[in-house]
Amino acid sequence: MTVRVFVPNDTTALAMGGDALAQELAAVATQRGLDLELIRNGSRGLCWLEPLVEVETARGRVAYGPVSVADLPALLDAGLLEGATSHPLCQGLTEEIPYLARQHRLTFARIGVIDPLSIEQYCDHQGFRGLERALQMAPAAIVGEIKSSGLRGRGGAAFPTGIKWETVLNADPGQKYIVCNADEGDSGTFADRLVMECDPYMLIEGMVIAGLAVGATRGYIYLRSEYPLARRILDTAIERALAAGYLGDSVLGSGRAFQLEVRLGAGAYICGEETALLESLEGRRGMVRPKPPLPALKGLFGRPTVVNNVLSLAAVPFILDRGAQAYADCGVGRSRGTLPVQLAGNVQRGGLVELAFGITLRELIEDFGGGTLSGRPLRAVQVGGPLGAYLPATQWDTPLDYEAFAAVGAVLGHGGVVLFDDTVDMGEQARFAMEFCAVESCGKCTPCRIGSTRGVEVIDRIRAGDRPEANLSLLNDLSSTMVDGSLCAMGSMTPIPVRSVLQHFSEDLRPTDNRRR
Amino acid sequence: MDLHPDFTPNPVQAAIAAWRSQPGALLPVLHAVQDSLGYIPRDAIVVMAEALGLTRAEVSGVISFYHHFRTTPPGQHIVEICRAEACQAVGARQLEAHAKSRLGLNYHQTRADGQFSLEPVYCLGNCACGPSIRIGDVVHGRVSEARFDDLLAGLAIQAVELPG
Repeated sequence: MTVRVFVPNDTTALAMGGDALAQELAAVATQRGLDLELIRNGSRGLCWLEPLVEVETARGRVAYGPVSVADLPALLDAGLLEGATSHPLCQGLTEEIPYLARQHRLTFARIGVIDPLSIEQYCDHQGFRGLERALQMAPAAIVGEIKSSGLRGRGGAAFPTGIKWETVLNADPGQKYIVCNADEGDSGTFADRLVMECDPYMLIEGMVIAGLAVGATRGYIYLRSEYPLARRILDTAIERALAAGYLGDSVLGSGRAFQLEVRLGAGAYICGEETALLESLEGRRGMVRPKPPLPALKGLFGRPTVVNNVLSLAAVPFILDRGAQAYADCGVGRSRGTLPVQLAGNVQRGGLVELAFGITLRELIEDFGGGTLSGRPLRAVQVGGPLGAYLPATQWDTPLDYEAFAAVGAVLGHGGVVLFDDTVDMGEQARFAMEFCAVESCGKCTPCRIGSTRGVEVIDRIRAGDRPEANLSLLNDLSSTMVDGSLCAMGSMTPIPVRSVLQHFSEDLRPTDNRRR
Repeated sequence: MDLHPDFTPNPVQAAIAAWRSQPGALLPVLHAVQDSLGYIPRDAIVVMAEALGLTRAEVSGVISFYHHFRTTPPGQHIVEICRAEACQAVGARQLEAHAKSRLGLNYHQTRADGQFSLEPVYCLGNCACGPSIRIGDVVHGRVSEARFDDLLAGLAIQAVELPG
């Protein structure tokens, strides 16, 4: 009987040797005359186990990882194709791996399970059901469903998605757009990439539903150029969805049109800011626009536009299929549903962890992450990307909830959680925050453009022991100016990581020779 | 218009023809030109500006805004080192220093022998398995100094074998 073997095909699995492994497996199968079907699935998001090979058995899929080419002969000898559990790389049944079993996967339910480009498999796993239901609903009813779900923008700003959609629905009639912000630039985040590489039809479905809800007939996915694999997969998925009638002039014969295309960014972090993104889509420098007007009223090419993050749009098919209440039943307070967290940096078990809001940071980094990769003590955790705070041990009991994080001067952002062990120089991290802002600022407003460069210089002076007290006070002043005077989050949030270092790790801002290392 | 079957428009004209009727055409045109030529030559700026109804300053301004676009020919291999926090947490700063000394390059430089260009990149989305680098369109994870050297050696072998 033919045995189905899965070797994932996402960027991380490939970066860890997935392609070479798949080729070798195919070659060895031919040599040994093994009857196997090799399927390139998406990743389960258990990144530390990549490449994670799965074998289908009567008991379910059995996982082995991380598997290198060199491991293959011994694995096959030990009974890989029978799902034998004796080999040390065997992780048991995939669904029972604690890291996965303890998650609450709504958005990522299909991820790693199916062949990302198979419409048939997508449909076999609840795919396009949300769209079919949406096609029976009035636009206002779809918007109402999203509002009741409590979904808030997963890009970082956490603005209620339903309210944004309602604004666009009620805006001037005429051409409207759905723009997917796939400029996932925050370090420590890869959830958008996983959606696009491992379950692209979910994003397409979410965008078509958004189009039906607000009366938009055209959508753009603005994808960062750093994700070439996501580009290839999305392009193919769009082509196939069009051929199958899920996109085009008459979506599933409804007479309602939705056209979709991918547009590439070009290496500019600021284009993750929605107005800079729109400028870029229009073919200009990615300079931030003042708001108002809101993009919802005057967005792409001056027309009403929904700009949503990949994860926000990816949550939509579930909400339409299973109902707003099923989504809202998860979470705490005003943070409803699930948050896909990404564990990254110096972490033993890095990967994608989708959980209902409310788990503490400590549970996440200890129970899921398993501590640092180096085995050294954990010192700082940066949450929310380069504009997020560095949290010291005293704050690790903070629950993952937008409001709870705001209360300690931190942000959840896009859910990136980056661990640092005790070899980190937090003065260097504070300096990098300013340096990154200097490199990536669009230059439109002075506090961000000039402030970031001056910030690097002031931190250098503090670290060199040049009038540290006076310069620390100057750094605080400068931070206030950036917070109050910047046009967008780039300038106004860069002081967040800097101030978290001042507040919690100030010993690292002393001159180098006076420090403990 | 009947074109001779052997006629191939140059990449700049082809990119313009493919995109000029689309809204927001400039970035896709720039990508297409750079994808085929490796960079955006100065002469192309004039042609694109005229075709898209923009000034040369506008086109140059867009090119210089985005880190991805380049106006000088790249080396045979573009090596990008992730400088972002998740990779810093697992030794990206040391890897960066090693890469610079090993290649004899600073960021944004291309070797005189035309083999390599070195560029910084801020996140490749491989943050659970850093430090990460990208060579061409391929991302590599858990890149130690030794693995970096191995990857370069692999490229060098190809470079010797390819011409011939």
